[in-house]
Amino acid sequence: MAQGSTIGRVAPTVAARRTSALPEMVKDAALFALVTLGLAIPVVAYRTDLGQGTGLELTGRWGLVAGLCAAVFVLRLAQRLVLGEVSRRRDIRTLAEADSKAPARLARPGRIIGPLTLGIALTLPLLAAFGSGSLSEGRYWIDLGILILTYVMLGWGLNIVVGLAGLLDLGYVAFYAVGAYSYALLSTVFGLSFWICLPLAGLFAAAFGVLLGFPVLRLRGDYLAIVTLAFGEIIRLVLINWVDFSGGSAGLSSIPRASFFGIPFTAGEGGFASTFGLTFNPMHRVVFLYYLILVLALITNLVTLRMRRLPLGRAWEALREDEIACRSLGIDTTMTKLTAFALGAMFAGFAGSFFAVRQGFVSPESFNFLESAIILAIVVLGGMGSQLGVAVAAIAMVGAPELLRNLGFLKAVFGEGFDPNEYRLLLFGLAMVAMMVWRPRGLISERTPSVRLGARAR
Amino acid sequence: MTQASGITRLATLRDEPPAAMPGGPADPILVVDHLTMRFGGLTAVGDVSFKVGRGDITALIGPNGAGKTTVFNCITGFYKPTEGMIRLRQQGGETYLLERLPGHDVNRLARVARTFQNIRLFPQMTVLENLLVAMHKPLMQASAFSLAGILGLPGYRRAQGEAIAKAAAWIERIGLTHRADEPAGDLPYGDQRRLEIARAMCTDPVLLCLDEPAAGLNPRESADLNTLLRLIRDEFGTSVLLIEHDMSVVMQISDRIVVLDYGIKIADGTPDEIRNDTRVIAAYLGVDDEEVADVEAEVGLTGAQA
Repeated sequence: MAQGSTIGRVAPTVAARRTSALPEMVKDAALFALVTLGLAIPVVAYRTDLGQGTGLELTGRWGLVAGLCAAVFVLRLAQRLVLGEVSRRRDIRTLAEADSKAPARLARPGRIIGPLTLGIALTLPLLAAFGSGSLSEGRYWIDLGILILTYVMLGWGLNIVVGLAGLLDLGYVAFYAVGAYSYALLSTVFGLSFWICLPLAGLFAAAFGVLLGFPVLRLRGDYLAIVTLAFGEIIRLVLINWVDFSGGSAGLSSIPRASFFGIPFTAGEGGFASTFGLTFNPMHRVVFLYYLILVLALITNLVTLRMRRLPLGRAWEALREDEIACRSLGIDTTMTKLTAFALGAMFAGFAGSFFAVRQGFVSPESFNFLESAIILAIVVLGGMGSQLGVAVAAIAMVGAPELLRNLGFLKAVFGEGFDPNEYRLLLFGLAMVAMMVWRPRGLISERTPSVRLGARAR
Repeated sequence: MTQASGITRLATLRDEPPAAMPGGPADPILVVDHLTMRFGGLTAVGDVSFKVGRGDITALIGPNGAGKTTVFNCITGFYKPTEGMIRLRQQGGETYLLERLPGHDVNRLARVARTFQNIRLFPQMTVLENLLVAMHKPLMQASAFSLAGILGLPGYRRAQGEAIAKAAAWIERIGLTHRADEPAGDLPYGDQRRLEIARAMCTDPVLLCLDEPAAGLNPRESADLNTLLRLIRDEFGTSVLLIEHDMSVVMQISDRIVVLDYGIKIADGTPDEIRNDTRVIAAYLGVDDEEVADVEAEVGLTGAQA
């Protein structure tokens, strides 16, 4: 907190000067208006129209120029006023926090948001069913929940590699693909059940993680990113071109659906509904899938949280901070990096086989670079190494585009041709820029120590 | 050791078998034998031999660019020497050839710890975590490569409790108990230096190599450092090899001093011998032979003050 307090003590003088000097602001805005005038004269002031005969006619538009200048003047003034007020308030807040021992306060949002998110996640099928009237009508929300949780799990998995060990991995989706194809092939070719394939898919993905890890052990930063990017593309291209093995770009279809530990979700005798004395509803399977991915994600979270407190997890973080110091302390950096790659890849493998069992269809299309980029963006936006931040970022990144679909009422404002969904990438970009300006280290940039001397009882 | 004998020894060393290296401590923990390190055409260290006595504080001094840090990097496994042998003999008689070990095994097996000229802590991790990372090897074994740790078995918990207690003891020794849970990067410079030494000590080294531990410290902090180094030598029986420019530290605490200049050893002896060695004075201060007498007086004065 030492940093915050010094900022707090220095900044108020700056802020005070900024807000008090109204004439200075007016001058500044006038300067902006002047520049606008200079720019507008050649561009806006005259319009050339085809006149009678051959020549062009100049039409003066001085009213428009004046309007533009006035608008820029007002906007600039408003901007200065608003920014000044915002920074003044922030300074007051920092000062107050520095005085009242802030760490406890900083930890509070985490303490509320965490259990709240978990509570909603646990009861989402119920909430959806009650909110929409019946289970079938709530399907949209449960499907959305599954999608978000898949990305939460992938984000948590990548967080081990990028957030903890500090190894920038741009090809994470490759392990996701390995997991998905492992399940798809093992179940269709050998007829193995999902519950046998799940650990196998994790193991295969972990093996691929080690495979990728070996050649890139000496690389760091940008170079590592390039090699992992290439690795992701190699896996995708192999899947497209090795038609005999993976079915090429057509993919693999009719992958067996998940069963409730051996009991299939079918309508007839011996199905899930009749075994448990329920009336058949196709939604049972969806709800089961929802809880399956929730449990998988929570296991990922639990293992990561545990690992952080173990020597290996601390070694990962130490590796992120200073590799040379690690070596001087007798830490085998090779093994440490490989375990991070393997564990991160294993969770991607689990998520991949879940993806396959949910879709019933896999194709290389699903594992392109954009997926890697989204997962990485989730980790970076969430705050490297922060579990809660990653979850919140996944909800924002995956859930927000879905929100756009439901903004149909905007058509009334902007006309019939307006589709908010088309502005998805624009808004996405704006959100990224805003994040980089206001929270460059992610939503939750506070690092929680893995162990405290003060609270040793735990 | 006089100037003349120093030169003859350098000249004759080449022909002698390593074991017969004359002079130096009787029971060396570390023997550096004909160490040469070349970077392309540049010979950073040329045929340097010296011994570090068990339980001694040995200082490696010399003007800037003399090759001190290169010698350090060779000893601690960061460079592979072009020629030469570095033998470490532990109390029990196990001998390691440091130049042949992979980087991290120099610490893990041979138990040589080091600090760096530009401090290399884990800045975002807390003081306590920094020390726990140093106890990686015993904790890793106790956690059975994380399996026992994930399950939270009692064996691992006990090992972790012991590790924290040991770390807490070191934190107390360097006077940082009140800041134990703060990121190491937020500490003042002097505290960071001491923390780095404590971190190195947490790996239970038999030989501790310190690269300019007093650089950037004020006189009071230098005095604290002297106390800490004496504590390390006397209470833990750890031999210390240090590079230092601060003569108040070197002359006060060293049992033996090795002087390098342009990658060649020019003197090796007790502080008193080094203080009176005209060649060292000339090399270290870069003065002509005529001025040596003046400088000698000055150095004598410095030594007395410190």
